[in-house]
Amino acid sequence: MTEHAVAINGASMVFNPGSVGQLEALRDIDLDIAAGDFVSLIGPSGCGKSTLLRLIANLLAPTAGDVLVNGKSAAQARVDQDYGMAFQQSGLFDWRSVRKNIELPLELKGWDKKRRAERSAEMLELVQLSEFGDHRPWELSGGMQQRIAIARALASHPPLLLMDEPFGALDEMTREHMQSELLRICAAADTTVVFVTHSIPEAVYLSNRVVVMSPRPGQITDVVDVDLGVARDDDTREDETFYKKITEVREALRGAELGETVRRVDDR
Amino acid sequence: MRRARSLLAIWPPIVFGLVFLIVWETIVAVYDIKKFLLPAPTAIASAFAGNLENVWEAVLVTGANALVGFVLGVLLGIAVSFVLMRFSVLNELTTPLAVAINAVPIVIIVPVLNNMYPAGSQVPRRVMVVLIVFFVVLVNVAKGLRQVSGTHMELMRSYAASQREILVKTRIPNAIPYLFTAMKIAAPLSVITAFVAEYFGGTQTGLGSAITSNASTSKNDVMWAYVLGACLLGLSFYVASIWLEKATTRQHGRNPVMTR
Repeated sequence: MTEHAVAINGASMVFNPGSVGQLEALRDIDLDIAAGDFVSLIGPSGCGKSTLLRLIANLLAPTAGDVLVNGKSAAQARVDQDYGMAFQQSGLFDWRSVRKNIELPLELKGWDKKRRAERSAEMLELVQLSEFGDHRPWELSGGMQQRIAIARALASHPPLLLMDEPFGALDEMTREHMQSELLRICAAADTTVVFVTHSIPEAVYLSNRVVVMSPRPGQITDVVDVDLGVARDDDTREDETFYKKITEVREALRGAELGETVRRVDDR
Repeated sequence: MRRARSLLAIWPPIVFGLVFLIVWETIVAVYDIKKFLLPAPTAIASAFAGNLENVWEAVLVTGANALVGFVLGVLLGIAVSFVLMRFSVLNELTTPLAVAINAVPIVIIVPVLNNMYPAGSQVPRRVMVVLIVFFVVLVNVAKGLRQVSGTHMELMRSYAASQREILVKTRIPNAIPYLFTAMKIAAPLSVITAFVAEYFGGTQTGLGSAITSNASTSKNDVMWAYVLGACLLGLSFYVASIWLEKATTRQHGRNPVMTR
């Protein structure tokens, strides 16, 4: 039996169950992610894609179903730091140097100083910001900050990287650059990635699987396989397959919303 | 280049100050303004020089009240904000109390405190300063400990960090700029409080008492000498607070929004 990086089985998430504010965010999610995959979660805002990511991260516990990460419970995977996480805000600590920010997860794992220094140097090199190690985060541009956040997420060499719209706050040019950088970094670090986005081109460019979700309550309506090959560069963005896949995801998204309308009519 | 710029920044206020003093001196001389209305700067300066020792002693008394009250107030504020962070129930109980204490004007509390202590005691004034400083520090530091960004909290939880690790690596560093901001606000307040508290009885050794007693005996130039002393004391606390602000900015690149 091959071990999945992530295995989600019938997971549902209801916030404030039984009260006036009850909100069904996710309904009956089944999703397996193989090691080495780059999977994007895409859907209209409020469809629960960030919630799904937080179930994998064990920042939230599902109200039904179960989530396995690396073959163990999501809770255990969190304790073992089996994943790194990056958010829309870089979430760097202003009072720490860039280097010390990258070393934070290693400190919490109890690594000694020398080992931490070696690893942070390695990570700085990986994100090509070696000369900024002693700077403060606020001295860096938004794109650089996000690269540091990725370096921090990967510092302990976790097999899984969870990203919640990490490039959402960046301008288009920086964003495209960061996407290429991310692919390079993840290929170098051999990491499985789950990536939440609401940009169709971003999802298609980065992923080998795009998971399409419906509006609330979030359900997986479609999974689009993207076979653009492993090496993707700026030419990929002009590739005919790239456009075809964008159209396919867009139609899947539209279908998801239409399905929602039909359901509502049925409910009546 | 930098030195030239700072010289440029320093000259205008100095020139303005000198011109102001000269105009003041001239007006007093030309219109023959009586000493009890407004003494000339030169008269104040000579009274200041003549009473230097007395003024200095009064500055020490008031300054010590402000400083002791400031330090104790800061320490107490930090301690209580940690307790409040740990026990949120206490927070709900004590916040209205703290607000109520802070709402009682200093004019009312000082005479009450004076009654509780022996006549020669400086304690009531120091208690007053402690109360004022304590409140500013408590509100700000408690906010800094509590208002950690959502991303930081999620990040720490994703590392399965313990409450203690979250406190040491996130909450406390997050609260430090808030503490500096609080101290910056509280430093001038502590002088003003120490000063005003002397107007409501108690021993007559501080600046405030000296100013009232000299005013009542129409020794106006001497009174103004004490006012000058008060200005210098206030200025030294102000400079200290500016320095505190600079220290924060250097560390964090920003200042948190302040709360009073």
